[in-house]
Amino acid sequence: MNHLSLIIEREYLTKVKNKSFIVMTILSPIIMIALIAIVAYLSQINNNKERTISILDESGILKSSFTNTESIKYNILDNTTLDEAKKSVNENKEYGLLYIENFKDINELGEHIKFYSEDSPSLTLMSGLESKLEKQLTDLKLEFEGVDMEKIKASRVRVNIAQESFIGEKTSKIDSVVKLIFGGLAGYLLFMFIIIYGNMIMRSVIEEKTSRIIEIIISSVKPIQLMLGKIIGTSLAGITQFVIWIILGGILMTLVSFIFGIDFAQSQSAQQEVLNQAMQNPEVSMEIQNVMNAFYNLPITNLIIAFILFFIGGYLLYSSLYAAIGAAVDNETDTQQFLLPILVPLILAVYIGIFTVIEDPHGTVSTVFSFIPLTSPVVMLMRIPFGVPIWQQVLSIGLLIGTFIFTVWFAAKIYRVGILMYGKKPSYKELLKWIKY
Amino acid sequence: MNNLLEAHSVSKNFGDFTALNKVSISVPKGSIFGLLGPNGAGKTTLIRIINQITMPDEGQVILDGESLQNHHIKDIGYLPEERGLYKSMKVGEQAMYLARLKGLSKSEAKTRLKYWFERLEIGDWWNKKIQELSKGMAQKIQFVVTVLHEPKLLIFDEPFSGFDPINASLIKDEILRLRDNGATVIFSTHRMESVEELCDQIALIHESNKILDGTLTDIKRQFKTNTFEIGIRASDNLILEKELSQKFSVSPASFKTLGDELMLNVKLSENDVPNDLLSYLTSKGEVSHFVELIPSANDIFIQAVKNH
Repeated sequence: MNHLSLIIEREYLTKVKNKSFIVMTILSPIIMIALIAIVAYLSQINNNKERTISILDESGILKSSFTNTESIKYNILDNTTLDEAKKSVNENKEYGLLYIENFKDINELGEHIKFYSEDSPSLTLMSGLESKLEKQLTDLKLEFEGVDMEKIKASRVRVNIAQESFIGEKTSKIDSVVKLIFGGLAGYLLFMFIIIYGNMIMRSVIEEKTSRIIEIIISSVKPIQLMLGKIIGTSLAGITQFVIWIILGGILMTLVSFIFGIDFAQSQSAQQEVLNQAMQNPEVSMEIQNVMNAFYNLPITNLIIAFILFFIGGYLLYSSLYAAIGAAVDNETDTQQFLLPILVPLILAVYIGIFTVIEDPHGTVSTVFSFIPLTSPVVMLMRIPFGVPIWQQVLSIGLLIGTFIFTVWFAAKIYRVGILMYGKKPSYKELLKWIKY
Repeated sequence: MNNLLEAHSVSKNFGDFTALNKVSISVPKGSIFGLLGPNGAGKTTLIRIINQITMPDEGQVILDGESLQNHHIKDIGYLPEERGLYKSMKVGEQAMYLARLKGLSKSEAKTRLKYWFERLEIGDWWNKKIQELSKGMAQKIQFVVTVLHEPKLLIFDEPFSGFDPINASLIKDEILRLRDNGATVIFSTHRMESVEELCDQIALIHESNKILDGTLTDIKRQFKTNTFEIGIRASDNLILEKELSQKFSVSPASFKTLGDELMLNVKLSENDVPNDLLSYLTSKGEVSHFVELIPSANDIFIQAVKNH
């Protein structure tokens, strides 16, 4: 066991001291934050620009429905012709001209509204105008037909179906969204971790082969010790990198928003507006309360334990396969044909997680794939927030551990033979033969 | 127990391919044992079995009276033919790592490394990266790492490749010194002149089978052809050559001389005694050269492989 800790130490230290690793660790969050900051800053500039829209309303019935907002200023034109209006809008460099022709029939009027502008107008602005006009005209038409608006307003009924599970646990739609985010995050994190650090393990095995040090090492330690040491050492380096990313990202985020005054939360100002409006609405603020409840309702302990177990199991399963691939080939370009069969179940797992689990977390497809060991870590992690019976979780973990032991054994076999094979790229048939050596 | 290492009919198959077929060797304590054979004969497989890198299908390997076990790893120092070092690690760090894998403590590894680095005059390389070193320099470090934990058995596979003559002889002297200090050495090479210089015993493996083994002297005795290289100044060289060729089988020879001797290789039949030839020759003229032709390791190698 002393050997194992020595190998882990070396793997960890060489990874962490590696220049490109250090650069990646420090630069990645900086680049990410810089990108977010730039996007946020740009969209802020964009939103801060005030647009002026002139309105020529010949019918005279819609004028009053336009009130200025932070980003749009409405300029009501009177006593002018369309041509003159166009001219003046163009000269004043205004954003555009909304032209409402006069018709007796409201339907016809609605169909003949035009918007003139120099460039094609922004999509959100147009749909905003459309919905505003639509609402106004519908109200007008209802009034015209003799319907009492007050009655209509009063007769609106709000429905909010309260969900409750059989054991009395309150659930809600918001609940599902929170669960989805949690499960998705956990599954995606595992997926990223496997891809990034699995490749790192593979490269480090190939490096030992190409630098021809492997036989020297292997005369002192057992191949399986070397393989496990590599996997564990690299994972620890990976965790270190992740933790640094999170801390550095957090610090940078605060710094940037402090210095430049960019509010990251406000970067999507349209959503922000909706949220602001919603906050004033007592019913929606109830919903926000629900989000908090949903969060507290999550099976947190179960989630954490399951996350740790499935994360470790899934990661070790895949990384031992990566190590075996590294041992089987001489250089990175030869790895493609062997990488495909491991990437397919991994990507499949993420797709099933995203599409099927959302649709039906306890349906046949989700359940089956949360037992198949190659997909279970990702799919099960996504399912667990929706409440998975303990026996299913235990069974899935059991299958995962069983498979993990098998793949480590299998990978160790390939590793043992492969690390001493040089020159030729093996076929799958040869790999199977190696197991018998 | 006179033999440090004994392999008893060791066999190894890779699929349909037989790499070793019931090979047995005995390596006496304190000797230098040459493990010879053409490329692909199975030497490396045997060495890997001794190092417990590969497991034999059949047979047994005994080290110092015990069947090979895990703890024997620290009793063996192995310098493989395919060898390298971690490119991005510093020399000192790397040597420390490899030494500690062999079971040395941190402080012990450091003292011994300092000693060896001083000895081979490479002390100032400690903080260099391997990629800054030449091939020969890296080989020196690999040598140090192999012998550092003072194993009972040292296995060198082509130890001199990559060395210039000065360093090759430096390493050769170190190997001899290690032997004198009690280590047993298994030495695998294709360079027959170093076999002549170093080996006490040899085994020749060809196409997975051991075809020859024993002390170098015994084998030479076995392979000698009773041929003598002679130089003689007779009154008439041509007549003498004719007379000799009637009695023995004769072929022309060449060696450095001062004069115009008759130079011949004379092969005696099994019943002939060299002294008779010599007295015959002295009666015919002035003998300047009379040497028994001893087959070189090179000759033996080629002949044994061809005959098989």
